[in-house]
Amino acid sequence: MRYAIVVLGGPYSHQASHSGLRFAKALIARGHQLEAVFFYHDGVYNAARLAAPPQDEPHLVDGWVELHRQHNVRLDVCIAASLRRGLLDEGEAQRHGKQGHSVEAPFELTGLGQLIDLGLSCDRLVTFAP
Amino acid sequence: MTDNVATGGDVLVILRHGPHGGSLLREGLDTALVAAAFGKRVSLLFMGEGAAALVSGQTAGALGQKGTHATLAMLEMYDIETLLVEAEALEGLGLVMADAEMDVQPVSAAEVADQVAAHALVMTF
Repeated sequence: MRYAIVVLGGPYSHQASHSGLRFAKALIARGHQLEAVFFYHDGVYNAARLAAPPQDEPHLVDGWVELHRQHNVRLDVCIAASLRRGLLDEGEAQRHGKQGHSVEAPFELTGLGQLIDLGLSCDRLVTFAP
Repeated sequence: MTDNVATGGDVLVILRHGPHGGSLLREGLDTALVAAAFGKRVSLLFMGEGAAALVSGQTAGALGQKGTHATLAMLEMYDIETLLVEAEALEGLGLVMADAEMDVQPVSAAEVADQVAAHALVMTF
């Protein structure tokens, strides 16, 4: 089956990101296809490239990146939710006159239309919310 | 069940968080507007605390947050006409239909299941 996941919870604040990542790995292990993870609401913090959690906790940002590298899962991040929360890629940082950027590939800032497309084109869209 | 409720559609957006104190409901509404702008037939279902968004006379308040009342007022412009509210949620919040800002259809728990089945995509906020 073709799956997509929506993550609405911030990393380390709520269980949503941890559960979403575990679900992603589990469904791939079962032989399903995971098309993309869409980060929205506080879920966009999962794309913070500067995240530096203590070593005895799972590194969620790296976890998503690994998912992309190993299984080619797209990591889509809602651009409107990101900008208002200070998550900007290089292009947006430049456009808004900000020094430095907080989002980088393989995370990609995209619009909500992408989420609708994803939901309608995949067999299952599973939401992980706080 | 009325014809309106039975229609179904492409996308059902379920809003189950309150209109103030958090932005999930607003970001859920944004998703509904985008889906409608993409030409999809969108229905909204207010469940649990989400039903509080329907109470008329709400404003943005002192915090400078945008609130959801302005977005709700735009739904018609986006052709989002199927507005449903879980009857139990209204009762739980001590609300009656007359409190609602707009024309919404109360649905029972069983009808909620029908609605979920009648839409190609269900998104929950």
